[in-house]
Amino acid sequence: MLLETRDLTAFYGDFQALFGVNITLDEGETIAIIGANGAGKTTLLRSISGVLENSADMVKFEGKSVGDMPADALVTRGIAMVPEGRKLFPSLSVEENLMIGAYCGRAAKHWNLDAVYELFPILREKSRVPSTSLSGGQQQMVAIGRALMSNPRVLLCDEISLGLAPVVIKDIYANMPKIKATGASIVIVEQDVGQALKVADRVYCMMEGRISLTGRPSEITREQVHAAYFGAAA
Amino acid sequence: MNLIDTVVQGILLGGLYALFAAGLSLTFGIMRLVNLAHGDLIVMGAYLILLFVTVLGVHPLAAFLIAAPLMFGLGFGLQHFILNRTLGKDILPPLLVTFGLSIALQNLLLQGFSADSRKIPGGALETASVNLGGVTVGLLPLMTFLSAILVIVALNQLFYRTSLGRAFRATSDDPVTAGLMGIKPKTIFAQATAISMLVVTLAALYLGMRANFDPSIGPARLIYAFEAVIIGGLGSLWGTLAGGIIIGIAQTVGASINPEWQILSGHIAFLIVLILRPRGLFPRAYD
Amino acid sequence: MSARLQNSGNKYRVETRTRVSGIALVTSLALLVIGFVLPAFVGRSVIQDMFFILTMLTLAQLWNMLAGFGGLVSVGQQAFVGLGAYAMFAGVILLGLDPVPAILVGGIAALLLAIPTGFFAFRLQGAYFAIGTWVIAEVVRLLVAQWKTLGGGTGTSLPRDATGNIMFVGQIGDLFSVRDAAARDILAYWLALILAASTIAGIYWLLRTKRGLALSAVRDNMEAAKSVGVDAQAMRWFVYLTAAFGTGLTGALIYVQKARISPDAAFSVQDWTAYVIFIVVIGGIGTIEGPIVGIILFYILQSLFADYGSWYLMALGILGILTMLFAPNGIWGLISKRTGWQLFPLQRRLILDTNTGGKNG
Repeated sequence: MLLETRDLTAFYGDFQALFGVNITLDEGETIAIIGANGAGKTTLLRSISGVLENSADMVKFEGKSVGDMPADALVTRGIAMVPEGRKLFPSLSVEENLMIGAYCGRAAKHWNLDAVYELFPILREKSRVPSTSLSGGQQQMVAIGRALMSNPRVLLCDEISLGLAPVVIKDIYANMPKIKATGASIVIVEQDVGQALKVADRVYCMMEGRISLTGRPSEITREQVHAAYFGAAA
Repeated sequence: MNLIDTVVQGILLGGLYALFAAGLSLTFGIMRLVNLAHGDLIVMGAYLILLFVTVLGVHPLAAFLIAAPLMFGLGFGLQHFILNRTLGKDILPPLLVTFGLSIALQNLLLQGFSADSRKIPGGALETASVNLGGVTVGLLPLMTFLSAILVIVALNQLFYRTSLGRAFRATSDDPVTAGLMGIKPKTIFAQATAISMLVVTLAALYLGMRANFDPSIGPARLIYAFEAVIIGGLGSLWGTLAGGIIIGIAQTVGASINPEWQILSGHIAFLIVLILRPRGLFPRAYD
Repeated sequence: MSARLQNSGNKYRVETRTRVSGIALVTSLALLVIGFVLPAFVGRSVIQDMFFILTMLTLAQLWNMLAGFGGLVSVGQQAFVGLGAYAMFAGVILLGLDPVPAILVGGIAALLLAIPTGFFAFRLQGAYFAIGTWVIAEVVRLLVAQWKTLGGGTGTSLPRDATGNIMFVGQIGDLFSVRDAAARDILAYWLALILAASTIAGIYWLLRTKRGLALSAVRDNMEAAKSVGVDAQAMRWFVYLTAAFGTGLTGALIYVQKARISPDAAFSVQDWTAYVIFIVVIGGIGTIEGPIVGIILFYILQSLFADYGSWYLMALGILGILTMLFAPNGIWGLISKRTGWQLFPLQRRLILDTNTGGKNG
């Protein structure tokens, strides 16, 4: 087991966002986390990536307790995140955004500038352009590429479909297999349930800070997802 | 009153102000830190250089080379141990802490060196002059101006061509996401302050050689530095130079009309620019 | 003290009074009375010290209102101290006014200065605002230093026929059997007492009203405040102008007592901003009790250590740094946290009326 959370709880001040969440991720797996807005999906990713700090034992990576480590320590160990809203650096060009993804200094096993440009050819043309002048879909490509540049063992993708047109979303997800093929294990947080079920090996559904359903896409029914997503009749 | 002469003097004076301001531009641009002790740190640098000149008997330039790494370490320590604790959403803590630092520094220098005016002996440099196409300029002011340009070029190279510079810019944009890249914002801030102290030491060298100084002149240098940074716009080092030059020219022109109006003219130029362009002339970074 | 709210059968009221605050109110009134009769019991130097304490307290409360409650961190209030003082001098020297009413001239002049400077300053945010206010103060200082009739760069004194004939001084001298100079000090002291008391009362009243809530909202999050209908600009103008007026009055009063003025002294960053900020920060920013604690501490430190000159100032600076780093709510913050006291309570508590048709209680 590459990554797991154990009874992960998280607070924003007095507000509790996560109530003892347990998920696992095996090497090479892709898991999807679905759920309505406010269910706690982004909080979960922020806890795993170190943006939110928790107790050490709540997150285990490669067998070690990392829950209390900050984001910069975790990316060096191999957990990279594509943050919600893309969060590109406006002061940096497209290429510089990609380059800074490699700042943590991990060995370039597969991903370098050329590899990212092969995955997303349009970025090669736009490499010198300020990153914020790109379209939404292109910015998402930069954000994904930037995270890949650290050659992570675990890639966390937070709502990469947000604000994008359906055809663009399809395009981006079409690249997932290529990313998987390089050996990355992926956690996808998605509002687009259909897309999530297509790419994931296993799915977790969250509601109000708790896991409400888990299983393989092939094994769970629409009705189950519906109930887990929105809750049983109030 | 030769207008060209006055303007040229103003431009060269602007170089000195740009040197005062460049270090501030760096730290203000990256971490939005208002360091009210900046001017006093320049004065402290001047005293440090003077100390090495008198105690070790070396040339001011050598004293500068000795003082610079000390100031570098001081800057790193200052940021790491004190200023990093004050950074956050509230602007009050850094303002107040650096204010306290300013008062403490001024009085420390007062205790150590007394209120007497001092000067770093510049030897032949002080009186040498150069003829630039009809206008005679002092060699020292010219060197100051050229140093300012050199510093800005060097800093821009750092910012735009190095990995560290990319990290500076990214942290300035978004410290949290910078963390996701493996950047430690607090370390970046300490490095930035350390580098700015190198510029501060150079500014101190020229300040000390050019005119008399005493422990109390820090705040006035701070104001000129800030005015230059703000006129120039956040995140633009060439803007800072432009800001320094604008203030320099305003001061020399004002002084040529009435010597008592020198400083006032600089302030008024600042206020006018700020009324027309509240974000400065060439803002680059994102507020 | 309380307001009624209806909520489907349950009645709520808003209360701010605490038991300790009730005691504090009574004590404050008693202290005020004692303050007025104090000159009968103590010597001139005590009166002068009290004058210093009261005027610095007033300046501190005003800066606290501006920065602590209003979120407007100004490093340039010395502009209003200086201009208020100089306007008072102008009133006496150029218009022949008695110094006491000339104090009002000082306040009005400061208020008038605040109007254009406010327009300029409000275009700036945060750190830019702070530096902007400082530059404005420098500009005013440099301009005033050009005013030759009032002494230019070296300054001037109040003329003897003005200081010798201040209203009420004669009666005060007879009342307390003291000479003119001491009587002038007593008059200044009483004016300072009135000024300090009304400033504190005024600020407290402001914060207790809806305006005060609006002010805190603007300080905490301007966009959110605007979105609930708070006129943020009006609030900021209100505190800025009020602080300027009060600071101008105080500056004028201070220089009535000093009777001698110079631009460097009247516009001194150290005396009118550094010390004031120190008092507010060490005492406890954002509370009314804070500056009161701060001035007491400052006075004690000043009396004991001012002779040590720069060591003393250095220690003040370091103390300010340490406070901001480790006790950002100041001494009063520490006390209040331990004891839960609020002498000038501002926290509004929602209290459920358990009696139907219940009374205030």
